Amino acid sequence: MRLVILEDYDQASEWAAKYICNRIIQFKPSPGRYFTLGLPTGNTPLGCYKKLIEYHKNGDLSFRYVKTFNMDEYVGLPRNHPESYHSYMWNNFFKHIDIDPNNAHILDGNAPDLQAECDAFEKKIEEAGGIDLFVGGIGPDGHIAFNEPGSSLSSRTRLKTLAMDTILANAKYFDGDLSKVPTMALTVGVGTVMDAREVMILITGAHKAFALYKAIEEGVNHMWTVSAFQQHPRTIFVCDEDATLELRVKTVKYFKG
Amino acid sequence: MPSNKSVSDAPIVQFTNCRILRSHQLQREDLWVRAGKILNPEKLFFDEKGSADIQLDCKGSIIAPGFIDVQINGGFGVDFSLATDDFKSGIDLVSQKILSHGVTSFCPTLVTSPPSVYHQVLPQISIRDGGAHGAGILGAHLEGPFISKEKKGAHPEHCLRTFEEGAFQDLLATYGSLDCVRIVTLAPEMKRSSEVIRELTKRGICVSLGHSVANLSQAEEAVQHGATFITHLFNAMLPFHHRDPGIVGLLTSDKIPAGRRVFYGMISDGIHTNPAALRIAHRAHPKGLVLVTDAIAGMGLAPGRHTLGQQVVEIDGLNTYIAGTKTLSGSVATMDTCVRHFQEATGCSVETALEAASLHPAQLLGIEHKKGTLNYDSDADFLLLNDSLYVQATYIAGKEVWRQEALGM
Repeated sequence: MRLVILEDYDQASEWAAKYICNRIIQFKPSPGRYFTLGLPTGNTPLGCYKKLIEYHKNGDLSFRYVKTFNMDEYVGLPRNHPESYHSYMWNNFFKHIDIDPNNAHILDGNAPDLQAECDAFEKKIEEAGGIDLFVGGIGPDGHIAFNEPGSSLSSRTRLKTLAMDTILANAKYFDGDLSKVPTMALTVGVGTVMDAREVMILITGAHKAFALYKAIEEGVNHMWTVSAFQQHPRTIFVCDEDATLELRVKTVKYFKG
Repeated sequence: MPSNKSVSDAPIVQFTNCRILRSHQLQREDLWVRAGKILNPEKLFFDEKGSADIQLDCKGSIIAPGFIDVQINGGFGVDFSLATDDFKSGIDLVSQKILSHGVTSFCPTLVTSPPSVYHQVLPQISIRDGGAHGAGILGAHLEGPFISKEKKGAHPEHCLRTFEEGAFQDLLATYGSLDCVRIVTLAPEMKRSSEVIRELTKRGICVSLGHSVANLSQAEEAVQHGATFITHLFNAMLPFHHRDPGIVGLLTSDKIPAGRRVFYGMISDGIHTNPAALRIAHRAHPKGLVLVTDAIAGMGLAPGRHTLGQQVVEIDGLNTYIAGTKTLSGSVATMDTCVRHFQEATGCSVETALEAASLHPAQLLGIEHKKGTLNYDSDADFLLLNDSLYVQATYIAGKEVWRQEALGM
């Protein structure tokens, strides 16, 4: 594992964006040879998305031959609801870049058969040749995507009920009304992300520090699902100083050195 | 990459590098247009897997909904209250010329005239969409003849009428036909006005109060019967008095039926209303303010003498008076000038100034679901403006119908 520690949120976002940008450019995507990218939502990656958009607008980065697969989407929320992950991706990323809409894949939380939708998503990833780089975040409870504590570490894309912590945390986006917050989501599994050729986890802020500690300094455990990536051959954790607050000084010195 | 054509074959145009007026704010967003309507790009992306066929760089311009002028008596030598042989080409000329002022829809206005004029002119006005030929016509605005003698302003006294005999039937006989009539201005203190107002409202015609000596309770009663507009506030009505605010008092009246809003026209040309009065009205009831030009035939022409229906009008700079008097009669202001002057005089935001000429008139006429905004599925009638609110280009149904020369795009 690589642990890349940057001074603050902005620098961490920029580092991550540059890494993604370079990966895509080095790959030299072309018609018939697409770069596949797994993408997260939430607050953490916003800075990274802004930077990627900047590189695109400068003419340095094109998404014409990039395929994207988002990690998750709420169930039962209308697609054009301002809090849906479709809206998030459109407003924060897709509308600013040149990606072909046919190549932007997000799970459909309103599909008539939710499990079939999940299976089809796995199939699409397979047909795209697998994911070259899966970018993710970490929840305060150490979850990746919506793989809440207790999720199988070999899980695949499926329907998940959200933990109460998650629902409470989300309430602020739904006018503080708990009854409006979705209680279920479709999510890629831990196993799905583990299949990616490379994984990059973004973690910033002191409130994520404990989760980072559990993820990399303790054992692989289904209560802290991000810990599964200790067993992935190519994982990078990108974080800011605040996110390292619960780590041992020794760990931090090792990775900074 | 064009769309998959599952919804439409029409080309998709994306206006980029601009600030659009949406949700009462200037937002840094692109404007998407297809088949003459504003398109929802998110829906296009996810549902149709579509993207733009053409991208146009607006170089930082403001994009606002096209202006709607609900009181314009003519311009460029054309007088809508004159039953000439070439009336149709006259109205075509005005509708084409006002595109450069940012007006994409308007209500040709007729001042008090003899019945023969209405009978000849009204059948020649048709409600029609705008386009390269000119701004769209929403219907006629009939200002008079059922108005007060004391407040006739520039209207000819010998043509004033009452409807106390036959109420609505009198009105119908005077005008001949109401088919393409959108607004009627009348004085509510006239006998049997309530019946007339109710009947007009039932037919979907907007009733406006003006050229009147009504007191506040008469005005409020008129509103209760259906009146929704005030014609050029302050002008041709009793002045505001603190014990009887008159029609002006409607701006803050508590007797307006729930769910309804009273709108009021303001000619912000710097002449008709002192800026301080403009500010008072705006601050009292900002959401009701509708900018109108009340422009006359001399608008767009050199100073001199022109007609306004049965009257002769003298133009000197921005001032327009009944020849030989100091009675104001219409204006030579253009709509974009009014918007700029309104913004300067009140210090309001650019968004507010633009909405007073687009959203509010659309709301007055009950057409804001398709005009007066840049909301998805609205008609793509819009303007490109610079930061000083000068119109650089005018679009109707998504097509450019006028452009300021030397604008590279």
